[in-house]
Amino acid sequence: MSVDQTKMAQQFIAAIPHSKELGMQYTEVGEGFAAMQMPYDTRFIGDPQTGVIHGGAVFALLDTTCGAAVMSHPKMKGHTATIDLRIDYMRPATPGQTIRTRATCYRMTRSVAFVRAEALDDNDENPVASATGTFTVGGN
Amino acid sequence: MGRKPMEPVQVVKQRRDAALNALVNGVPYIQFLGIQFDRRGDELTAVMPFKEMLIGNPMLPAIHGGATAAFLEMTSIIGLSWSILWEKIESGEIDADTLVAGNMPSLPKTIDFTVDYLRSGLPRDAYARARVNRSGRRYASVHVEAWQDNRGRPFAQATGHFLMPQSDG
Repeated sequence: MSVDQTKMAQQFIAAIPHSKELGMQYTEVGEGFAAMQMPYDTRFIGDPQTGVIHGGAVFALLDTTCGAAVMSHPKMKGHTATIDLRIDYMRPATPGQTIRTRATCYRMTRSVAFVRAEALDDNDENPVASATGTFTVGGN
Repeated sequence: MGRKPMEPVQVVKQRRDAALNALVNGVPYIQFLGIQFDRRGDELTAVMPFKEMLIGNPMLPAIHGGATAAFLEMTSIIGLSWSILWEKIESGEIDADTLVAGNMPSLPKTIDFTVDYLRSGLPRDAYARARVNRSGRRYASVHVEAWQDNRGRPFAQATGHFLMPQSDG
């Protein structure tokens, strides 16, 4: 949403070694919403025969995007951690293309945040993967 | 009634390790995360030595949930592949030398993967073992657990479903 918020989020990413190593970038941050991207990199290949990146790299991006959506929720206080995250891989990501993700925190209780997300490549019509997860709210 | 003569142990080990190495070294993301596989008979333990780039929360510090998930998924895929390769190598259906020469069968493809985060991953080496609960002709179901200092206190577990590679194309 606001340029400031996205910029702040980007600085937050710079402080996370794993996200930085994977080249993750924020493209948008709103209330209970986050969008990110991760450019293709041959180091992320999971299937050497096709050059398709490993599901684990997509998982990492989706997890980070979901966490960011929780953190940006207006009712959010304190920290969050993933309780569980399920990913459905609908099709292989096209080699060479940037992965884009968007996540929405659609419900937040005092202790649990519920999140949905999807991952796309250059094809907007058919997502590469979708995710649903729950996250802790506040506390330790 | 004639028994096949027993092969010397080092020949058997060399063949199995070469096949495993060929399987593991072909995957760039395994190298990227620095995952290794320790083989005892047909059982594999995946090891992910701690390094700075795995950190997801610099304050605690803790391993990134995405790195943990990738570690679990990789352990599942390699574990599942290995269980199939093992049978084929041992039965003589596949020659380990052809694997080493680069003729690897396709890897199983993840259909879905669900990760439970039980506690935060500490800045320590992590270990994981996968258990293939069902391995059919088309689909497989795999459960995997990861731990650090204490085997009895896993820090993450996951269940995934996989599409099996079709050998006849």
